[in-house]
Formats: sequence, structure tokens, C-alpha cells
Amino acid sequence: MNAEIERQPEEEIKPPVASVGVIGWIRANLFSSWFNSILTLITLYVLWKTVPPFFRWAVIDSNWFSTAEVCRGSEGACWSIIPANIRFILFGFFPYESQWRPLVAMILLVALLFYSRDRKHWKKSLAYAWVIGLVVMGLLMKGGILGLASVETTQWGGLPLTLMLSVFGLTAAYPLGVILALGRQSKMPAVKTLCIIYIEMIRGVPLITLLFMSSVVFPLFLPEGMTVNVILRAQAAIIMFTAAYIAEVVRGGLQGMSKGQYEAAESMGLNYYQTMRLVILPQALKIVIPPTVSQLISALKDTSLVVIIALYDLLKTTQSVLSDPAWMAFSSEAYIFVALIYFLCCYFMSSYSRRLEKELDTGL
Amino acid sequence: MKGRMQPKQNEAPTRAPTTTVPFYNDPKKRAILFQIATLLMVGLLAFFLISNTLANLEKQSIATGIGFLQKESAFEIGESPIPYSAADTYGRALVVGFLNTLIVSFIGIVITIILGTLIGIARLSSNWLVSRSAAAYIEVLQDIPVLLQLFFWYAFFYNVLPSPRQALNPFMGVFLSNRGLVFAIPEAHPVHKYLVLALAIAGVAIYLMRRWARLRQARTGQPFPVLRVSVALTIGLPLLIWIFGGAPTAMNVPVLKGFNFVGGTNISPEFTALLLGLILYTAAYVAEVVRAGIQSVSKGQTEAAMSLGLRSSLVLNLVVLPQALRVIIPPLTSQMLNLTKNSSLAVAIGYPDFVSVAGTTINQTGQAIEGVALMMIVYLTLSLLTSAFMNWYNKKTALVER
Repeated sequence: MNAEIERQPEEEIKPPVASVGVIGWIRANLFSSWFNSILTLITLYVLWKTVPPFFRWAVIDSNWFSTAEVCRGSEGACWSIIPANIRFILFGFFPYESQWRPLVAMILLVALLFYSRDRKHWKKSLAYAWVIGLVVMGLLMKGGILGLASVETTQWGGLPLTLMLSVFGLTAAYPLGVILALGRQSKMPAVKTLCIIYIEMIRGVPLITLLFMSSVVFPLFLPEGMTVNVILRAQAAIIMFTAAYIAEVVRGGLQGMSKGQYEAAESMGLNYYQTMRLVILPQALKIVIPPTVSQLISALKDTSLVVIIALYDLLKTTQSVLSDPAWMAFSSEAYIFVALIYFLCCYFMSSYSRRLEKELDTGL
Repeated sequence: MKGRMQPKQNEAPTRAPTTTVPFYNDPKKRAILFQIATLLMVGLLAFFLISNTLANLEKQSIATGIGFLQKESAFEIGESPIPYSAADTYGRALVVGFLNTLIVSFIGIVITIILGTLIGIARLSSNWLVSRSAAAYIEVLQDIPVLLQLFFWYAFFYNVLPSPRQALNPFMGVFLSNRGLVFAIPEAHPVHKYLVLALAIAGVAIYLMRRWARLRQARTGQPFPVLRVSVALTIGLPLLIWIFGGAPTAMNVPVLKGFNFVGGTNISPEFTALLLGLILYTAAYVAEVVRAGIQSVSKGQTEAAMSLGLRSSLVLNLVVLPQALRVIIPPLTSQMLNLTKNSSLAVAIGYPDFVSVAGTTINQTGQAIEGVALMMIVYLTLSLLTSAFMNWYNKKTALVER
């Protein structure tokens, strides 16, 4: 036996050409059996039928900076609808000459988000930076001081509105959801019942009914003469809705904690608040990062529903452009552009969550 | 504070003095206090809102109650499964909306499960091209808002598809134009009634046969080809009736007359766009659910089943599927519920579902509270029914451990 093992390395037999390299890969991954071969051929045929025509439509024959008339005579995509209307799509009815303000605010927001990506930067100074940043953004949008013309919130629209609804919606819904989850796990029957009723009720209805409620029913709830801004009402509805879903996700994490963790914390003399903050939540929230992020992504997508109560978010401004007879026929191009924006936001969120999950993994 | 603690000390004067804990340090009493405070706050808030609402309703002289359900609705509804006209009541209009919601949800759910399962299996395929395509589909469709997708398909139907005169004709008798999808249906014939009856009889027969086969196998160990006989029954029985009924083959083929098609059956662009958008969006999620379910069954289970000498179809039916379904069904149900809830977005593209009809009702009667409450009650009922089913299913399939 020993002799056999020793002899082997001497004859370095190369694997057959057909099982390594490109050919080998193709054989193993595309044509491993007759069924797989048929599948590959069918997929290739479908791709051949769809991708080249789409490519010709979207790239080769497309128009980028032409007028609508030129587009109508052409076979390809009319991307010109985007540059021709970009300022309305992005900023809505924000006064034309002041549109640099929402632009600066958005750049500030993206810069802050980008800077906060790295966990090394998570310090107290970052929290201050966020507070200052948000105030500056608010001032830029609202105006009224430092010689900036005041802009009514009814004129806010487009991408800044979408980003605002999403960022505030997510940041406010998360802590609220954690509190609701803790309430649902509470031993106090009254608190527990209230939380269960809230969570189950909100999760049982579509967001659109809550938005209807915020836009047509809520004004009736307020005493006479008191009004709440319609954007704020929609924002509140989104927060309430998302919080209920976050609560269920976090509850899953809390239930995943073993009893020993609670007992250990108690035996160290920690009170309820300390137990939760120092022992339970850091572990529970870490387990549920993936489902939490997919909830947050849903919430980001759901902000588009404010279209239905006639807020001019990114989707609504695009629709208004499409109601212009000149551009009416180019809805696909406009919607693909908006879809791309949403896709990029969601994609960055999900890839960031995968990274965070890996970084926070302590091997437990 | 001391005065309050006094009676307790009087009752048990012989006890050790350590029992005199101030009430705010006693977890039990503190919990009661906290709950009372919470309830009080919620109650006050409710009182504040309700009193405001009542005052506002009175001042704006908005009617209350559900009396409006009996009034004449005075609006038309584009498509309706039951006879309906503007002279009917709001109640009937809402029923039409509810039925429309059920129809689109039911058809959507059936097709979504089929499509989602196929994509989920494709995602796990050993074929690189197929699995990459499925992954791309899932990633892209999940990251685009469903409302945007609905708008896209709706605009697609209106702008990209040709007018009925140049309608696309992919198969014989099927026409796709900006007026929707038109296709041929069999001409009405008395034998159709009996076909439905034959199908129902086949269903009952299959159910009884399965029971008998299971009992027989338990008693004697002999298996019975249930699946093959079932398929034969489902196809054969109606076919037999059809042949005996004179084999009517006349079709009601749509014909272009003037500007639109006459004959056949027409599916509106709104319905098609809504269904397409919901199916494509939800199928991406269902695919992920199916993939996770299949991956959750460890390879050892398959190998163990094979080493027992089971055929590969039996391995799938008796070992892999029952375990995978236990993981798949709960999230799948919640996706189905999501589809139902998302069907409320129909209001944005003009399909008359429940929310859309209720919205029109609110606009006409001004009774916003009742309208929104009706919407919430309908969807809450649907989701409570679903979770009741879920609980029943979970109990039925829960692992029975030693």
C-alpha cells in the first residue's frame, strides 16, 4: 500500500482538456446532463430573443438629448425625456431658481450616510454631525433665514421628499418598533395587550388604508383650527406602519435569546433597562439584521404609495411629466429611470446589511 | 407615603422590618401603577380624539352611521362579476369591489405560486445560466416598488401596445392590444354544465379513492397508483361527457368590428396590468421562500431515503416535500396575504377593487370614518382568517418530539 502511495506523484497525469478550463467549466455548469443542455439552449434562445432587441432599443437606436418630435420618428428609446424634465422629476414644484438648495441638502444627506457606513466613525461626534446636518438640511429646504426665500412644504417634492419620507420613516420606526416588541414580550398584561392589538391591527391592513386615514380621517380627529401638514401626516402613517413590522422582526430576535441570558443579567443585579440595553438587545438585534433590513427596504419602496394621496414624491413628479402630451408616449423610459434610482438605493442597503452582518459576527 | 404603608405594618407587626419596601421599589406594585398610567394615557387620548371627531362631525354636518349603504350609489363600475348599475346601492357597489379584490387576489395567488416555485427551483439549478438568470430576476424585481411596476405595465398596455386594428396576435384567437387581452372562448353549449358536474364528480371520486388507497396500503401494504388514476379521472370523465354531448367545437372568436373587437372574452388593461405587476413582484419573494425551504432539508434526508430503496419520486413525495413544506408554508401564506393587500394599489391604475370603490364612496358621501373603517375591517378579516389557518397548519405539522 505504501509503495502505491509513493509511486503516484511521479506520473503527473494531466486532467483531460475537456474537464478543466473554459470547456470544462461549460461542461460542468451548462451541459452536465441532457436536461441541463436543453435548459441552457432554451435560456440562450430566450436571452437571444430579448437582450439584443432591448440593447438596440435602449442603446444603439436611442436618443439622449433630442426633442420629443425627433424621438417620435425614431425606433429606439427616448431617454431625452429624462434630461428635458430632470429638474421637475427631481425637485417637483420647488421654486426653480432655488433648486440648488434641495440639491445641496441631498448631497449633504448622501455624504453623511456614506460617512456613517464605516463603523470606525460611529462616535459621539457623528451623532452631533447628524443633528447639525439635519438642521442644515431642514433650513435649506424651508428657507426663511439668512436671505433664503421661504418655501412652503406644499412645494416640496421629487427625490428630496422621497428621501425625507424614507430616512425619517426608517430612523423613527426602528426605535418605535423595538419598544413595541419589548412591550409585546412584557409581563404586564395591559401593556402586552395594547401592543398586540396595535401590531396585529396595523399588520392586517394595507398601508394605503393608513394613508387614507391620515389624509381624510385624521383632520377630523383634531380640535377646530388645528391642522397638521399633509407631509407630516403621511410621514406619521409610514412610521406607524413600518414600526409594527419591525416589532415583529425584533420579537423574533428576542424569542431567540435563551433564558440564561436574562437570568445571568438579573443575577448581576442589573435592572430591566440595563438588562435590555446591555445584554439582550445587542444580541437580539444582531440576529435579526437581515430581516430588519429587508423590512427597511420594503419601507423605502412603500414610500412610493404617497402618490395615491397626491403627494409629489419622485414617482408622482414622473407621472406628471408623462401627462404632458409631448412626452406621454415615453413612459417606459421614465419609469425605468425611476426604477433604477429605487433599485440602487435598495441594492446598497442590502449589500450594506450583508457587510454589517459579517462585521458584527462574533462567532457565537 | 408613610401613612399608606401603615396598615400593612399593623397587620403583621411581628414580621421582620425588612418587609417595609416603599411601593415604588416593589416590582409588582410598580407594574400595576405603570399599567394604570398607560391605560389612563391611552384612554385620555381616545377620549380627546373621539370628542374632537364628534364635535367636528356635528359642525360640518356629516352624517354618521352606515345608513349610506342603502342609498343609491350613482356611479358606474368598469368591471363587475355581478350585475351592477349606477342605480344600485352603495352596499352593492362595495360588494362588487370586494368580489373584484377576491378575483384578482385568487388568480394572482395561483399563478404566483406556480411561477415563484419554478423560479425558486431554477435558482437552485446546477445550470449556471439558469440559476444566474433566476437570481437576477429575484434581485431586480424585489428592489423596485410594486406601485412603480404597476404603473409601468399599465403605461405599457396603453402606450406600447398597438390599437385594436393592429392588435398583436401571438396565438390563434388571442389578440393583445391597448384595449386589453381578447381571446376566443367556446360557444355556449348545454353540455358545458355537465362538464363542470363531471369535474366535481371526479374531484369527489379522487378524494374517496385516496382514502381507500391509504387504508388499503395500511392494511395490506399494497400501493395503489393514486396519481395516475387521478389524472385519468380528471381528464377522462369530462372528455367522455363532452364526446357523448356531441363534441361541440364551435368557438366564439373575437372579430374586429369598427374600432374594437366583438365576441370572445375581454380582459381589461387595468386588470391585466394589476395582475401582471402583482404576480411578477410577488413571485420574486415566493421564489426566495421556496429556495430557503428546499435548502432547509439536509442532504442526509435524501440519502437516507434513497438508502431505504425508495424511488426518486417517493423520496420527493414522502421525505423531502413534507419537510420543506413545513418551512415554506408559513412565509408563503404571508406572501399571499401581501399580494392580497397589495391588490389595494389597484386604486392607482383605476381597477375597481374594494379600496377604489370605498374611496369613491368616501368622496361622494363624505363619510370618511365609516369608509376607512370598512376598508380596515375587510382586510383585517382576511388577514385574521389567514392567521387562523396558519395556526391550525402549524399545529398540524409541528414536529412531534419525544
